[in-house]
Amino acid sequence: MSWGFLHHLLSGVNKYSTGIGRIWVAVVCIFRLLVYIAVAENIWKHEQDEFECNIKQPGCENVCFDHFFPISHIRLWALQLILVSTPSLLVVFHVAYRENHPNQKLYKAPGWLDGGLLCTYLISLVLKTAFEVVFLFLFYKLYDGFKVPSLVKCDLRPCPSAVDCYISKPTEKMILLYFLVATSCLCIVLNLSELGYVMFKYSVKCYLKRYAKKRQ
Amino acid sequence: MDWGALHTILGGVNKHSTSIGKIWLTVLFIFRIMILVVAAERVWGDEQDDFVCNTLQPGCKNVCYDHFFPISHIRLWALQLIFVSTPALLVAMHVAYRRHEKKRQFRKGDQKCEYKDIEEIRKQRFRIEGSLWWTYTSSIFFRLVFEAVFMYAFYFMYDGFRMPRLMKCNAWPCPNTVDCFVSRPTEKTVFTIFMIAVSSICILLNVAELCYLLTKFFLRRSKKAGNPKHHPNHENKEESKQNEMNELISDSCQNTVIGFSS
Repeated sequence: MSWGFLHHLLSGVNKYSTGIGRIWVAVVCIFRLLVYIAVAENIWKHEQDEFECNIKQPGCENVCFDHFFPISHIRLWALQLILVSTPSLLVVFHVAYRENHPNQKLYKAPGWLDGGLLCTYLISLVLKTAFEVVFLFLFYKLYDGFKVPSLVKCDLRPCPSAVDCYISKPTEKMILLYFLVATSCLCIVLNLSELGYVMFKYSVKCYLKRYAKKRQ
Repeated sequence: MDWGALHTILGGVNKHSTSIGKIWLTVLFIFRIMILVVAAERVWGDEQDDFVCNTLQPGCKNVCYDHFFPISHIRLWALQLIFVSTPALLVAMHVAYRRHEKKRQFRKGDQKCEYKDIEEIRKQRFRIEGSLWWTYTSSIFFRLVFEAVFMYAFYFMYDGFRMPRLMKCNAWPCPNTVDCFVSRPTEKTVFTIFMIAVSSICILLNVAELCYLLTKFFLRRSKKAGNPKHHPNHENKEESKQNEMNELISDSCQNTVIGFSS
C-alpha cells in the first residue's frame, strides 16, 4: 500500500468525471501527489534531527520540537491528500452498486450523469471542497499563517530558561507550503466551477424537458 | 505515484508528437529524470548533514545553510521537470476531447463518421493541424517559458552555476564571520553543469520544433492560397501516402525508444 494506490484510485474515477473533473485529477496527481513524493518528503525527512536548540539540557529539544510541531507539515499534507481524494470513491461505489443490482437503472454510457449518480457526484464535490478549506484553515491556525520561522524561542520544562531553537531549511519549507496553498486554492476553484457547471447543465436539461412536455 | 507514472502519462502523448517532440521526450526521461533519480539525488542526499561550519555555536549551521540554499538544487530540478512536462498534458486533453466527440458521433450513428468501431477511434493517431496545431504550439511555448524561468532562477539564486567549496557566513547567532564548507562541491558542480547543458539542449529542441511547426503552417497556407482548385482524390492519395510514411517513421522511433529504455 503506497501512494500508487491513490493514483490508481484517482485514475479510475476519471471515467465518471466531467472535463473539469479530469483537470482536477491531473492537478492532484501531478502538482500535489508527485510534488509531495518527489520534492516535499525529502525536505522534511530529518526535521527533528536537524532541529537544534542552544542548550545542552537533555529533553529540552524534544519538548520544544513537540510544542512547535504538534503535527508536522508533511503529515498534515499527506492527510489532506488522502481525505481530499476519497469523496471520489462515493461515485465509484454508486456505479458499482448499480452495476451489481440488475433491477436498478443502468447508465446509458460511462460518464453519463443523471438522477442518483448526479446527487452523489455533487455531494462528492461539496465534500472535497470542504476538506480542502478545513485543512487550509488547520494549517493557518496551527502554524500561525503559512510562514516557517528560522528561530523560535522556547521556555518549557525541562529547558532552564527561554532557549533559542533553530528550524532546519525554513525558506525551502515555506516555498513548498506556499506551493501547497496555491494548488489547494486551484483545486477549490476547480471544484466550485465544476459544481456550478454540473448544476447549470442539469437545470438547463430539466427546463428543456419541461418546455418540451408543455409543448406536447 | 512517481516518475514512472509521469512517464506513462507522457508516453501516451508521444503518439501525437512530431519526431522532434519524440526526441525531446527521450532526452527528458533518459538524460534528466533518470540522472536525477539515479545519481543526483545521492550526491545531494547528505547536503545538510555534511555541511560543516567552523563553530560550535548551536543554530549557526542551520541558519547559514538556509541562507546559502533557500531552495536546494535537487528540489529546483524536480520542480523544473514537473513544470516542463505538464504542458504536454494540454495536448493529451485535446486529443481525449476529440476522441470523445468522435465516439459520441459514432454512438449517434452519424453517417459522416468513417470509423467501424470504437477501438479504431481509440487507436487513431490525429494529425497536428487545425486547433490541435494551436494547442501543440502553445504547449511548446509554455515548455520554453518554464525552462527559461527555471534556468534564470538557478543563475540568480546561486550566482552562476558553480558550487563554491567555502562560504563565509555572519548571520545571527553565528558569533562572527564563520567559514562553512559545502559537501562534495566538485561533484555538485559537475552535475549542475550537466543538467544545465541538457536543459539547453531541450530548449534548442523545443525551438527547432516550434520553427518546424511554423514553417509547415506557412507552407500549407501558401499552398492553399496558390492552388485554390485542387484535385481532391490526387491530394488525398498523396496525403495518405505521407501519412503511411509518417506512421512508419513514428512507429520505428517508438520501437527504438521502447527498446532503449527497456
